[in-house]
Amino acid sequence: MKLLKVQEVLDAEVVGGLEWIDREVETVCGADLMSDVLAFTKESTLLLTGLTNIQVVRTAEMSDLVGIVFVRGKRPSPELIELARMKNIPLLVTQHSLFESCGRLYSNDLKSCDLL
Amino acid sequence: MSGGQEIILEFELHAAIFDVAGEASSKIKRVLQQIGVRADVIRRIAISAYEGEMNTIIHSLGGTMRVVIFPERTEIILEDIGPGIADINLAMQEGYSTAPDYVREMGFGAGMGLPNMARCTDKFDIQSAVGVGTKIMMVVFH
Repeated sequence: MKLLKVQEVLDAEVVGGLEWIDREVETVCGADLMSDVLAFTKESTLLLTGLTNIQVVRTAEMSDLVGIVFVRGKRPSPELIELARMKNIPLLVTQHSLFESCGRLYSNDLKSCDLL
Repeated sequence: MSGGQEIILEFELHAAIFDVAGEASSKIKRVLQQIGVRADVIRRIAISAYEGEMNTIIHSLGGTMRVVIFPERTEIILEDIGPGIADINLAMQEGYSTAPDYVREMGFGAGMGLPNMARCTDKFDIQSAVGVGTKIMMVVFH
């Protein structure tokens, strides 16, 4: 599924990296624990998180994530948006909760990143 | 050895400075991309370096990360001054952590760092002396 479709499914706003909205999302991870993201995701995974500190972008950069969705209407700082822009990482904000967001994407045939 | 073809990168890591935490690992990743190392290999090196960089910033009083990129492998050496690790076997267990709450609020300190570094690398060695510091050596083959 393309990020553009994710945006539609989550009623999300693109707050950074609009030029990468055509990227393909293969799997999804919902987590506030960046250690788990680093340990268990694979590339082309979309991260859904309630955390908005700068380490979320670092984690996405190191793990080759396809983008970040901030849930529950949490808005990243201008510093985070600027770092993500430099790292070519698109950012979305949805008003939906983490559970609701995961459920909507799962219902649209997106699967979890491999936990093994 | 590889006849002087290696690239050496050295970084100072400062305790509890989180706004630039990850800069060193980011630089390592860029260099590996420039010399054309495979993306899945770069990912393992970047994750190991980043976990190590965060660990040093979180737990030590400061340290260094030295990275030597050979044509067929990358070596990462992290050395810090700090409290050290009393029980390395315990520290290597997933879920064991001594990180303070403010680190957990950033999404770290879940006790996944060391095991994840060991999992992502081909060679992993850790030595530590309580009250002195910790040294970690990792190798990833390209």
